[in-house]
Order: sequence, then structure tokens, then C-alpha cells
Amino acid sequence: MYSASDLKKNLKIQIDGEPYIVVDFQFAKPGKGQALYRCKLKNMITGAQFERTFRSVDTFEPANLQERTMQYLYQEENKYCFMDNETYEQFYLTAEQVGDAVNFMTDNIEADILFFGDQPLGITLPNFVDLTVSKADPWVKGDTAAGNSKPVTVETGYQLQAPPFVEQGEKIRIDTRTGEYVTRVKE
Amino acid sequence: MNTCNKDERWVLARKAETLRIRAAMIQAVRNFFITSGFLEIETPLMVRELAPESHIDAVRAHEFFLQTSPELCMKRLLSAGYPQLFQISKCFRSGERGRYHLPEFTMLEWYRADADYRELMEDCENLLLSISLTLGGKRSVSFQGEEIELSGPWKRISVAEAFEAYSDISLETALEEDCFDNSMVMHIEPNLGWKRPAFLFDYPLSLGSLARKKADNPFFVERFELYVGGLELANAFSELTDAKEQRERFAAEECIRRKTKKIPYTVPNKFLDALENMPEAAGIALGIDRLAMIFADAATIDDVVAFTAEDL
Repeated sequence: MYSASDLKKNLKIQIDGEPYIVVDFQFAKPGKGQALYRCKLKNMITGAQFERTFRSVDTFEPANLQERTMQYLYQEENKYCFMDNETYEQFYLTAEQVGDAVNFMTDNIEADILFFGDQPLGITLPNFVDLTVSKADPWVKGDTAAGNSKPVTVETGYQLQAPPFVEQGEKIRIDTRTGEYVTRVKE
Repeated sequence: MNTCNKDERWVLARKAETLRIRAAMIQAVRNFFITSGFLEIETPLMVRELAPESHIDAVRAHEFFLQTSPELCMKRLLSAGYPQLFQISKCFRSGERGRYHLPEFTMLEWYRADADYRELMEDCENLLLSISLTLGGKRSVSFQGEEIELSGPWKRISVAEAFEAYSDISLETALEEDCFDNSMVMHIEPNLGWKRPAFLFDYPLSLGSLARKKADNPFFVERFELYVGGLELANAFSELTDAKEQRERFAAEECIRRKTKKIPYTVPNKFLDALENMPEAAGIALGIDRLAMIFADAATIDDVVAFTAEDL
């Protein structure tokens, strides 16, 4: 059972027997007033979104979902094929279900595929993935401590901001939840 | 869950300009009050007595609590004859974390004897203008894409008027249906303080347990909140100085606290005893972190502190 203070982005809860994911979350508290937990919720089956504000006293059931670890095999048009590591069953996710995860998916990467019954709903990548920088401007020496950043592109084609000392060919760690640069990976 | 360190030096280096603005701003706040004849005070962060408020939760520290505000100690000093006091201190409120909230934050409080909340409004106008002139020589501040004029007088709008203007329900209905806070957050606050800062004043009695009732309308108390760019910056009262009435209002708040299963507080007797001797006064608490957001044009409170609890 969750309480309102557990609410945060990506939490999955059950309302009227259906699974919902918190897609946007704001904590609000007007002066001396009560805490309000403003959520944008998305129905994980239909994709329908709506806003709802909860209070401290509200409680929620966790969504009744199962996660199965699967390997990403290939992309076919608008579908992404995954294989269950234990049963070797194959499942397809749509581009919409894969969402931003596509930015961090390399062949054979393992991911948790979320199921409601036998219906795949979405994908959770490991929190951190290491990807090779395929494109970056060269490092101008002396440009370190100022907190500057520059755009770099990684092997999946995803572009992000990284510190100026990151160079082409290096591996960098990316937080898949925020899409942000974390650190360089020395091999 | 997340054991992987970001390149911390990089993240911290990006905050350098904001942290410099914050430091200069706090310096300007000190100068403003010291040159206006206020005495700077430090009171303990670990306290035994707290004002019971239904929606503010303290953090326990052994047999003490960490202060949620220095209010009670400041008023004990007022009662002892200190007429103009200010303090910049850390305050702690359990469970408050969001874009504009940190569970450990920095608060500025100031108190004036023989004054009411209208004089504090003028203090606010003078303080922010003085900071802005010190930081950049400008009479306005640029925040989230808007240029906010700081020269006074600022907009003054009563809570009842604000419900008329911005909410789809009246203040009476909001109170009856227990959706006052919701209307504030959704409809009223986002509209306040964009061209000039705004004072939202005269709150219903039930929403100001330490504030004096209005002489001509006992259903309201002399309380205001200051908004700049939709952000709530400060809360002020003409202080309630009737110890008997204060005791009753605390009892009502504590009753709500216990019904909602919050940490029980004892009656703050030292404060209530001191209140017998307190002169008419007005006091205000202003969030320093949020003030830094305004002057550094920061979108979240995380941007104006070096470390949040999550970074430790």
C-alpha cells in the first residue's frame, strides 16, 4: 500500500482495477496549508491521461503488474522485438510503448518488460547504460571548471549535453530515467 | 537505489553564479536590516516548544525538536522589550519536498513592536528593492521570462477578492467544501505577483492561528502572504497578543493534529507566559531560498542550494 508521500514520477498505482503510471508530479503546499500531491496519471492500457490532486491521507494499491527480464533482439518497422530469457517466447512492443527508452537501446540489451496479464505494456531499462560517443567536438583545453557543456551524440543517435572533456570514441554512462550524462566510463 | 556518482565537480561548478548571487543577496538582507536599526539574533535550532499548526510537521532530535520556525523564541524576546529583531536561520519541516520545497531550508524572520502587518508590507517593498539595487542596480527583476517591477506600492488583494478574480468558486464555498488549498494552488497563486509583487491579505480566522483578528470583522485575521512571480515568498501577521485567546487557538490546532495522527506537541507554556507581556507587534517569515530563486532566476529550489538532502 502506498501513501500520498510515496507519489513520484513513474510510480505505478491501481485505480478501479486498472494500472496507472504517474507521468508528472508536483508537490505543492500553500502557505500554512496542507500538502497537495498533484499528479498527471496515464492509464497504462488505454494511454488516456488525466490530472488528479491527492492529499496526505490518500492511499493507493500498487498496480498489479509483472516484470519479466527480456533481451532486445531487433526492430521491425514500428515494432520492437524482445525475447524472454527463460521461456524464449518473443513479444513485440510498439514505438509508443518503448518511448524514450529507444534512445538507450543497443542490440541484446536486457530490459524489464512490464506485463498486465499477458499484455506487454512498457519497458524499464537499467537505471544506467554505458554508450559509446559517436560524435563530439574536440576538447578545447582549459575549458573545464567553468561548468560549460557541449552536445555529444552516442551510438544510438541520441544527443545530450556532456562536460567539454568528453571525446569521441569514449564510453559515457547515461541515466536512462533522466537522459542525462552521469560520468565517463574508463575501461 | 542510485549508487552511481555524477561528476559532482561539474554539477557544482554549474551552480557558481547562482551561489554567488545567493551570498550577495543574503549580505544585502543583513545590511538592510542592520541599517534600519534591527538587532540580529540567533535562537536555538533545537527547541522544546513548537507552535501547533495542523499542516506543519517537525523533525525530532532526541528529546528536542528541530525548529520549524524561530517564531516562538523571537516573540519571547519581543516580550522582554527588544523592539526590532531579525534572524536568518535554518528551519526543518518533515515531508516537504518539491520544486519549491526543501525539508531543510533557510528562513528570514523579522519582528516590529508597535506595528501591524501594513508596516511589514512596506518593509517587504523596501527590502526587495534594496536587494535588487545592490545586486544589479535595477528597480526590477527578471524572473522566468517576465520583468517584475519592484518599485512600490505593490498590488494588495484580499483573499476574498482573489477568489472572486481567479477562482471559479467563492471563498465561502472553498472553505465549506474543504478546497481552499486546492483553489490557492491551482487557480490563485499562479496569477499573483507577475507585473509587480502582490500581497494576498486578510485570511479566514481558521487559517491564521497566531494572527490578530480584524477589529471590524472577527471572521478574518490580519495575515498576508507575499507573492513574486507566482511564488509564495513570505507569510506575515499582526501578532495575536491575547494569551488566553492564543491558548484556545493552539488547543484547536493541536486537536486537529492529534485527529490526523501527527506527532503530539506539548502546550508551549513558556511562550504563552511570555505573551502576557508582549507589546502589539507584527512579524514575518520569508523564505531565503525562494528569494534567491527570484534574484538568480532559478526554476527550482534545488538550483539555489549547493546540496539537497538527495545529494548527500
